[in-house]
Amino acid sequence: MFRFLIGRLGLLIPTFFGVTLVAFSFIRLLPGDPLDLLAGERGIDPERKAQLMAQMGFDQPLWHQYFDYLIDIFHGDLGISFASKKPVLTEFLTLFPATVELALCAIILAVCLGIPAGIFAAVKRGSVTDQAIMGTALVGYSMPIFWWGLLLIILFSGILQWTPVSGRIGILYYFPQGTGFMLIDSLMSGQKGAFTSAVSHLVLPSIVLATIPLAVIARQTRSAMLEVLGEDYVRTARAKGLSPFRVVGLHALRNALIPVVTTIGLQVGVLLAGAILTETIFSWPGIGKWLVDSISRRDYFVVQGGLLLIAGIIMLVNLIVDLLYGLINPRIRHN
Amino acid sequence: MNTRKSLKAALLGVSLAVIAASGASAKTLVYCSEGSPEGFDTALYTAGTTFDASSKPLYNRLVEFKRGTTEVQPGLAESWDVSEDGLEYTFHLREGVKFHTTSFFTPTRELNADDVIFSFERQLDSSSPWYEYTPGAAWEYFNGMSMPDLIKEIVKVDDYTVKFVLNRPEAPMIANLAMDFASILSKEYADTLDASGTKEMLNQEPVGTGPFSFVAYQKDAVIRYAAFADYWDGKQPIDDLVFAITPDAAVRLQKLKAGECHVMPYPAPADIASIQADDSLSIEEQQGLNVGYLAYNTQMAPFDKPEVRKALNHAINKQAILDAVFQGSGIAAKNPIPPTMWSYNKAVEDDAFDPELAKKMLADAGVENLSMKIWAMPVQRPYNPNARRMAEVLQADFAEVGVEVEIVSYEWGEYLSRSKDKDRDGAVLLGWTGDNGDPDNFLAVLLGCDGVGGSNRAQWCNDEFEALIQKAKVVSDKAERTKLYEEAQVVFKREAPWATIAHSTVFMPMSSKVSGYVMDPLGGHWFDGVDIAE
Repeated sequence: MFRFLIGRLGLLIPTFFGVTLVAFSFIRLLPGDPLDLLAGERGIDPERKAQLMAQMGFDQPLWHQYFDYLIDIFHGDLGISFASKKPVLTEFLTLFPATVELALCAIILAVCLGIPAGIFAAVKRGSVTDQAIMGTALVGYSMPIFWWGLLLIILFSGILQWTPVSGRIGILYYFPQGTGFMLIDSLMSGQKGAFTSAVSHLVLPSIVLATIPLAVIARQTRSAMLEVLGEDYVRTARAKGLSPFRVVGLHALRNALIPVVTTIGLQVGVLLAGAILTETIFSWPGIGKWLVDSISRRDYFVVQGGLLLIAGIIMLVNLIVDLLYGLINPRIRHN
Repeated sequence: MNTRKSLKAALLGVSLAVIAASGASAKTLVYCSEGSPEGFDTALYTAGTTFDASSKPLYNRLVEFKRGTTEVQPGLAESWDVSEDGLEYTFHLREGVKFHTTSFFTPTRELNADDVIFSFERQLDSSSPWYEYTPGAAWEYFNGMSMPDLIKEIVKVDDYTVKFVLNRPEAPMIANLAMDFASILSKEYADTLDASGTKEMLNQEPVGTGPFSFVAYQKDAVIRYAAFADYWDGKQPIDDLVFAITPDAAVRLQKLKAGECHVMPYPAPADIASIQADDSLSIEEQQGLNVGYLAYNTQMAPFDKPEVRKALNHAINKQAILDAVFQGSGIAAKNPIPPTMWSYNKAVEDDAFDPELAKKMLADAGVENLSMKIWAMPVQRPYNPNARRMAEVLQADFAEVGVEVEIVSYEWGEYLSRSKDKDRDGAVLLGWTGDNGDPDNFLAVLLGCDGVGGSNRAQWCNDEFEALIQKAKVVSDKAERTKLYEEAQVVFKREAPWATIAHSTVFMPMSSKVSGYVMDPLGGHWFDGVDIAE
């Protein structure tokens, strides 16, 4: 297991450098620069522009800028946002808990509904239930997030008035940001109704963000289960007279979970991508919208730093998934 | 955590608890704003969203725009004198003006001349310790309004008198000083930050003299303000002002309908009718102080001939553009300045839509088989909500008179920079939103000879027009300036460096409980004087 872990960690080093290079080049390949965009129709004096570009080091050759960037990363400095003039890491740490909170709720929802739905569809293979579940999953997978979010808002917040429209908590509740996780902060605030308000604000964005992962997990669980249910050892278990619940729940599911766990790990990327749209619709102050705004403003340091941090998190989650995979299936760690 | 931070957290906690405890009786107005401010030091930025959250609620200027107009009235300066030669502006400051007391700063003195000098010198003097206090401080607007060339020096005459000495007479000077970049900050607060080595907080935790004081900001979520009890112009009718940051227009409307906010800006044009039909909502509208135009490159044949430009202007069906692009939220433009601006020349006649006349004029000018490019902006702006669609309508109109059009576009930064090029191939769709309500801000910036190769996208330099606007710049008598600008508009129409397309209409939906909201022709959102029924 130790060698397996070292091997996996070793892979992270070239990936990390690859990510820094991609993040650095990506924003510089886009035409336009932050100063022109800031000045808009009014324009900026070319002399002053050159002076500011030099001040930020943008007058240096690209390779020089890249090495400066790498050195700064190793010093824990991701630069300063051109727009807000705040350190990129500070902004990221302020906004990231909101994205994590939403993504966690969404993935819990997707797993809790997706796996049972997949199992149920596999067990009832070919039935109307199977077709209904898989049909719904296909619709969910194909749903444009923006449209889906607005539809839910209009129905549940507008017409039925069951949920708030957007935001993280009712506007009248407020307390200093502690952990950044609104569910925890609202509980700790001791204000009556704050926690309920935070939960109600999480419902619609979680559903919207969970929709695609839910569909993917349900479909993956179904196909993995179908494969396993046809195996000899399952037939043997049935022949031994074990209850259908034990056969499916213990013998089949554990083996079927291997590809499902991988799929869940891969959904982290999907969740972060989906968060960009979900956060925009639900006015959710997370990193998705922050990053998109920064790209359109050519806020170089935010884009570089933000992409690096997000990629780092995805790499970390995938490492954990790989390790879990090794735990579930001993053959993998021995190979 | 150091002592200062602990104290700050404790103070914030106490103040929040007090506000929460008194929440039942406090009048809170919630504004669903369209985006996050970039920061709170207004002079560093150019975006209206940032101004709405910073200069308008938090600060005052020496002079202010009278609400709902572009007329200038006293602000922190009770009065001012202009010397005979127009080179000296002396401002007499209001006494007894207090700065906000917040959880992070307690002022020990009232506003005086030092604050005024500090607020301008940090933008003017490159040796000021505040000139580059934050990375990339470009002082965009201050430079954009040519203030460094204009201001020779700023002199403290006494504690309540400040004199601006100019290098040349400039009639729009007073209007410039009512702009957001001219907001007055507290020098005492700046000195405190400097002493504690936290200069950057000037942009994050603002202290001003405005109607509301800053309470808290959570990026992309919410900004909280409290009415300033000691405001020199009286306490506001509401107690708390909250900006709920809501980027999507459809979601803003749902929040307004659900009562989660009381006022929202920038509704989608398609939603206007349903808002008007809703009894619980009201909607205000105003002509925006803007113009959308198509600028020919007047230095390139055949567009160097006024008759060719004029012929093309006759080929444009503006009504079709208003229907297709503005969906009813705009009016056709005939002058380069909007009708809400003083000196707008009503007598000018627009070029009528007449394809036959256009064809004849092109033939008379000896132009055959003309093909041209039209540049379509890649972004949505108030003066042009859909440039691509506008270009397509123009393409169809020009095809009717035998002119073939190729539509091109570039990334926005690239577009702005390439369109300045004197050798640019094609006519450019662009526009302008007024900064200070002065016609000079449109006519000189967009059509003056100094702007060729820059903001004058038509690359048009006409001696007659230039003489009129230069004279109007230095004359201080408004009636005379009006006459000069009216004449300049006649010259503009005759020479047709642009096809003037439209001025947009701005809508502001709000709950019918809201009263006292006055729309700003300059496009800002102000909440002083606004009340809400309980």
